[in-house]
Amino acid sequence: MAETVLETSGLTMRFGGVVASDNVNLKLKHRELRCLIGPNGAGKSTFFKCVTGLLTPSEGHVFMRGQEVTGWMPHQVASLGVGIKTQTPNVMDALSVHENIWLAARRFFDPAEARARTGDVIDRLSLGHIARTDLGQLAHGERQRVELGLVIVTDPWLVLLDEPAAGMSAEDVDRMTGIIHDITRSASVVIVEHDMQFIRSIAETVTVFHQGAVLMEDHVDRVMTDETVRRVYLGKKA
Amino acid sequence: MDRSAARDVIVTLVVSVLLIAVMPMLIGTYTLTVLVIYGMLGLSLGLIWGFGGILCFGQAAFFGLGAYVYAIAAVNIGESTLPMILAVLLTAGFAALLGAMMFYGRLTDVYLGVITLVVTLILYKFINSTAGPQYVIGNARLGGFNGIPGFQTLNVPGDPGAYIWGDALFYVCAVALVIVYLLVTWLLRSSFGRIAIGIRENETRMSLIGYDVAARKTVLFAAGAGIAGLAGALFANWAEIVTPNLFSLGQSAEIIIWCIVGGLGTRLGPIVGAAGLAYLKFLLGQQSMIDNTLIMGLVLVVFVLFLPRGLVPAIGSLWQVSVGRRVRRRPARRMRRVRNG
Repeated sequence: MAETVLETSGLTMRFGGVVASDNVNLKLKHRELRCLIGPNGAGKSTFFKCVTGLLTPSEGHVFMRGQEVTGWMPHQVASLGVGIKTQTPNVMDALSVHENIWLAARRFFDPAEARARTGDVIDRLSLGHIARTDLGQLAHGERQRVELGLVIVTDPWLVLLDEPAAGMSAEDVDRMTGIIHDITRSASVVIVEHDMQFIRSIAETVTVFHQGAVLMEDHVDRVMTDETVRRVYLGKKA
Repeated sequence: MDRSAARDVIVTLVVSVLLIAVMPMLIGTYTLTVLVIYGMLGLSLGLIWGFGGILCFGQAAFFGLGAYVYAIAAVNIGESTLPMILAVLLTAGFAALLGAMMFYGRLTDVYLGVITLVVTLILYKFINSTAGPQYVIGNARLGGFNGIPGFQTLNVPGDPGAYIWGDALFYVCAVALVIVYLLVTWLLRSSFGRIAIGIRENETRMSLIGYDVAARKTVLFAAGAGIAGLAGALFANWAEIVTPNLFSLGQSAEIIIWCIVGGLGTRLGPIVGAAGLAYLKFLLGQQSMIDNTLIMGLVLVVFVLFLPRGLVPAIGSLWQVSVGRRVRRRPARRMRRVRNG
């Protein structure tokens, strides 16, 4: 039986009287790719932030490879070997593509190894032509790709991506799909995403969030045809 | 050491030797000494603000603390070497404690500025209120608003009778500044320095990569305070008295202005800004027509409006433009020469 790499039990996050994440139980197996979907305000990003340490949950627990990480700081979570990409490109604008990716690699490897891995990732993501360009001068899609480079350069065993395809061109989305398939060869992946076409192209199991809680968890094809999901997420009438 | 680092060190040494040799012919060494000390103080804030993104409104607190630690230790020990070391270490230690509380408490931006400002004010008030005979550390009376005079000034290590003063003190301060500058250069070229710049650019991302941002900011903050402490100790030797005015708000504000005018995010800018503005203040102090704080304020406004990146980056850009033009012209000239035979 495959190892459980990420588990949440009863994860709840309240902001005053608002319950943004309500008793969420989720299990992710080794090399599994899971998409989290739901309408705006469904609690996907809050759940994501609780798992990554950007928010401390009001109740419940988060386990990674059996170790409880509830309330850990983001750097502690990342230090376990977890790659995290946030909703909007979160990069160092005044530094070059090479420097950005090198900084991520240097966290886990010595300078020579970090340099070599940075070069590899730049080639893998086809960023060679802009390697010395500052991030502030790049287009949105390129910045998204660089942030993905920051995530994969450390060979994480768990990758958490919040809307990786947002604002990307069709070509960039295709490239992103290929990269994510590559990542799942060695790591488990959780993706928060809105783009249904993108989800169909990459996902098998999908967890649907609604009003902070898990509404449904099933194969992507069944989720897409489920009447309740269509009603709450796609706005279709039953 | 890679080629660019070696070139950096060589250029620094050559320029420093030239300045140390030439400047005493233009300005008296007594004034130059304090300009060099202020340069070091400017560099201390330039390091943590320009490269770590930590805007500290209380750099004067560390400057004053270094001066007081030196004076108290010198009175008790009777020589200068250990007091100099204590001035750096205790100041850095105090900053490390303060920094850890602020950064692990997730204080940023304006809150950080307020805390450091308040610490400076507390020290200023406290030292001012220590005039009574009960405020004694060993043999050193804190002296309240009168400060501490008459302590052992800088001497040759191991020989308390061999004082270093006048021109010799200037050369010691200048060499100390060059050493600190080279250490800052080394720090910024190291992985630690590059990570600090990453933190300045995006703390959240650096944290998500796995860096303990609070720990690294604490270390950088303490390093900057250590440099300010050294500047304070050297200032105590130059002035031969330490007073609560070292902790004043005016002093704190001036250090920030030095960095803005000189150029934030550069190593040289804060030194140039500090020495330049301190000398301007010295010249303005010799006249009574215009209030010098008015001129200083005007200088700040002019720089913020017209040279927001500061003096050194502006000169650097001009230099790059002129060198770039020359480099672009060279092939054209070569082509003309070829065509003309």
